[in-house]
Amino acid sequence: MTDRIILGAVAYDPKVVTIWEGFKDFFQVQGLAFDYVLYSNYESQVRGHWGGQCNIAWNSPLAWVEAERLATRHGRRAHAIAMRDTDRDLASVVVVRKGAGIDSIAGLKGKRIATGAEDSPQATLIPLEVLAAEGLLPGRDFELIRYDIGLGKHGDHVGGERDAAKALMAGSADACCILDANRLLFAREGTLPTGVTKVLAETGLFDHCNFTIFDDAPQALIHRFTELLLAMRFDDPAVRPLLELEGLKQWLPGRASGYALLNSAVDRAGGLDHFLPS
Amino acid sequence: MRLDLESLGLEEGADILLRRALRRLAPAESLEVVGNHPELRLHLRAWARTMGVAADFTAPHTHRLTPNAAGLPTERAGAAPPEGVVESPPRHWGLAARGAAVERGSAGFDFGLVDKLEIWSDDAARLYARAAAAQWDPQTAIDWHQPVAHDDDIETAVVQVMTYLIENETAALLVPARFAATIHPHFREVLQLLAIQAADEARHMEVFTRRALLRHTAPGVSTSGGQASLKTLVTEPDFAIASFLLSVMGEGSFLVLLDFLAREGPDPITRDICRLAAQDEARHVAFGLSHLRRHAAQDATLRPRLAMAMQRRHAELMHTSGLNELVFEALTVIAAGGFEPAMIAGGHAKIMRLQTDMDLARQGSLIRLGFGEAEARALSSLHTRNFM
Ligand SMILES: [Fe+2]
Ligand SMILES: [Fe+2]
Repeated sequence: MTDRIILGAVAYDPKVVTIWEGFKDFFQVQGLAFDYVLYSNYESQVRGHWGGQCNIAWNSPLAWVEAERLATRHGRRAHAIAMRDTDRDLASVVVVRKGAGIDSIAGLKGKRIATGAEDSPQATLIPLEVLAAEGLLPGRDFELIRYDIGLGKHGDHVGGERDAAKALMAGSADACCILDANRLLFAREGTLPTGVTKVLAETGLFDHCNFTIFDDAPQALIHRFTELLLAMRFDDPAVRPLLELEGLKQWLPGRASGYALLNSAVDRAGGLDHFLPS
Repeated sequence: MRLDLESLGLEEGADILLRRALRRLAPAESLEVVGNHPELRLHLRAWARTMGVAADFTAPHTHRLTPNAAGLPTERAGAAPPEGVVESPPRHWGLAARGAAVERGSAGFDFGLVDKLEIWSDDAARLYARAAAAQWDPQTAIDWHQPVAHDDDIETAVVQVMTYLIENETAALLVPARFAATIHPHFREVLQLLAIQAADEARHMEVFTRRALLRHTAPGVSTSGGQASLKTLVTEPDFAIASFLLSVMGEGSFLVLLDFLAREGPDPITRDICRLAAQDEARHVAFGLSHLRRHAAQDATLRPRLAMAMQRRHAELMHTSGLNELVFEALTVIAAGGFEPAMIAGGHAKIMRLQTDMDLARQGSLIRLGFGEAEARALSSLHTRNFM
């Protein structure tokens, strides 16, 4: 396994095969030995990565936190080596209907709040962490309505957020938690018009996916992988379709500084064992 | 630069104004955005992230956007007017309008015909405009109620000639249609002309079919020799050769045949449809001559290649029956107008004359393409006995 890059990715959509087959061709042309394995959920991927089935994992933010904590538990280190330009500085929002008399986070007490899947950082974990920091806990202070679409895929599927938004509009929820980009998307689609809804609260900024390695990854190969990735250009006809499919204009160096909110949420939920029982 | 969005939100079109303003920025300049939409900052951050635009929200009411270097460079696909046609447009210009700013990274197309030398004619735009103006409606351009009074033996001859014309028109549709599908659209005028030429042939197929079935319930005989001749046309892969064999030699001969039928046809409907078809054919011949003359003037190897193609086709078809007896007979009967021996003799003389006229027309075209008189005579005599 030290003779080539084996990348782990979660198959949250059929296009994932197209993406990594494309990257495989790209790296092959550049002379880098590259293969990939697909997992049906991030927990299997983190375990597989730790067990040596792959030496790089394309991790969701929660999978990154899981990998990092797993490594720490064993006295090892995980590193985020690269990420998309679109993975940096996201925020989530809590949206309510206008005229519903909810004007502050405290006003959510006793209300019904719709979120995405249990393991979605942007649509559940981080927004609930922001509410918890203000003293509001699910079950105790408000009713939680979770739309568990694609459990194990950490909210990569937008369906859960869309259902939460629809619940707000239908009146079966008093608030919904979604990613900032989906606030704009749903407003454009008309799912969640800005005329009749408003953003009650905004979370702090956080980062999304990254390429994760453990400290025993083959250094020269990883170096070459990162170098090739960062050199990919959006105006290069050979790589543009891949970048468009993966949703970025430019790869950036990885950074571990954008996961503080998610780490707090994981701590509050009971730590690593809650998500990745040993 | 400063952009005031007032109360306009990104969910209702503010992105149009943002993109417009970003395009107008000088290099390294940034855009200051103000507005009073309640979620402006939030939406801007989400939008800028996916657009590859850096967003700075540190100032209280003014948001600063700076495009990253990753903005897409574009490349002009030649220039819009015909003078802007380039010699070899790259395949990655794709289907873009000539002169458009094509984003780099666009998918390329596997066009087969990408050289101006091979396909271009400065007459293409003019011929296309003429063709567009001269389209006629088969339903109204011909009075289908005109009388067909001749006896059934003459009608059988007409039906046989129509049967022959229909399969020739089909070949004449397939050839331009096949090349139209592979021409780089940078040569827009040529593409348009080939498309309208195919549409002309579609109408010819229609009117000849209608005429064939006016009194009879089925067309006549399709001969293997006729189809063998047409197959060498339809399968010819080289544009210059196909165009030469079809438009210059074939349609050139056909033009004479249609003129003949427009005069000698036994009924007004036959005469009308042949007259209308001949008008279209004249344009088809004109384009063939025009682009081949241009090509030959720039490429000394073209004429020898065309001559060789004539010889090759002649050798290939030598052992087929050529113009089948049925068609020859039918044309003679039409020219004779009856079955008295003296009438047949007169009809036969007219068909001999017709073949001479076709030969002279082909020789004239060959000379216009730059062949010498002796060579033109020799090559014309090699032309398929099927006429097309
Ligand atoms: Fe025709
Ligand atoms: Fe024609």
